[in-house]
Amino acid sequence: MAELAEVPAPPRDAVLAQLAELKRIAIVPALNEEETVGRVIDEIRDLDPGFDIVVIDDGSTDRTAGIAADRGAHVVRLPFNLGIGGAMQTGYRFAFERGYDVAVQVDGDGQHDPAQLPAILAPVLTGEADLCVGSRFAGGSGYRPSFARRVGIRLFAAVVSAVVRQKVTDTTSGFRAVNRKGIALFAADYPHDYPEVEATVMCVKHKLRLHEVPVEMRERGGGASSITALRSIYYMTKVLLAIFVGLFRRYAVPQEEEHR
Amino acid sequence: MTPLPVSIAAAVASFLLLVVVFELIRSRRLRERYALLWLLTGVVLLGLSLWRDGLNTIASWFGVETYPPAILGAIGALFILVVLLHYSTVISRLSDQNTILAQRLALLEQQLREGATELSR
Repeated sequence: MAELAEVPAPPRDAVLAQLAELKRIAIVPALNEEETVGRVIDEIRDLDPGFDIVVIDDGSTDRTAGIAADRGAHVVRLPFNLGIGGAMQTGYRFAFERGYDVAVQVDGDGQHDPAQLPAILAPVLTGEADLCVGSRFAGGSGYRPSFARRVGIRLFAAVVSAVVRQKVTDTTSGFRAVNRKGIALFAADYPHDYPEVEATVMCVKHKLRLHEVPVEMRERGGGASSITALRSIYYMTKVLLAIFVGLFRRYAVPQEEEHR
Repeated sequence: MTPLPVSIAAAVASFLLLVVVFELIRSRRLRERYALLWLLTGVVLLGLSLWRDGLNTIASWFGVETYPPAILGAIGALFILVVLLHYSTVISRLSDQNTILAQRLALLEQQLREGATELSR
């Protein structure tokens, strides 16, 4: 992994020291990830044993929930598959109701390396950002998606950058960190189906500050991607429609007491 | 050829459909997922209402020479069938999920009651 050296080293110890003062949680959405979810939990603990971990089991039929519970993670088992949007919002509701200060999203499939969390957390902890996204395209990443994927990624990046009036390179990354404001917003309102792109736009519309930092992602450790070739047309249409309609909605800055 | 008033009425109707669907999404009464088929219906009907030569051509494919707008009605009906079929699958999924929720809730309540009984002993 020679490329990793090009990513500027985050002030890891400073971030971890600051983190130790906060109530922090890692939200791990997982659907049939028995091969990887245990390792993901271990790696988060390796970085910072004080991280609470909640695994949202989105209707797995394998041992995902059992493995996560054996490792001492909180496990929320959804009674049936809600899709990644509904699963993530469950995690944010958990984080909101239990009063967490900062939350990170780490996929249960192992593609996100928890060792890179300090880089993503840094802008949130310093107060520069309310939401920080780990981007595969912001810096010298070795990630080379297929042609069709590249077209989609470019299109989303261009559309989202124009809508939020800020350069955004990776709109579909689910490797993110948010502060309490972000937790409150996502607990109250989170997009369905394919949520990352819309969640990014939603944040900026609600006057939350968005940052991107470069990260490396790994190959998926197991399971299957939720986006197959057939679904990608539906995916693109649905997300573009949602962004377009979203332009005509009014937004308010979220308030802590607004819901429950 | 399609009479002009028919084209205009059809175009206005499909445009209204698009506007209503858009407003329903905007006000969050309709999810994008369930709006896409309606939008497709509106766009196709609007396109065929405005593109009158195209409607004639399509009508002639099916041997409809006397009254091309009949094709508009047929295509509209086809889309409505597709939307209804889609909703049938959605309702089936919802009722399956509803069963699971009711079962889970009943089991949870039963556990809670037994726990309470044990505590009161």
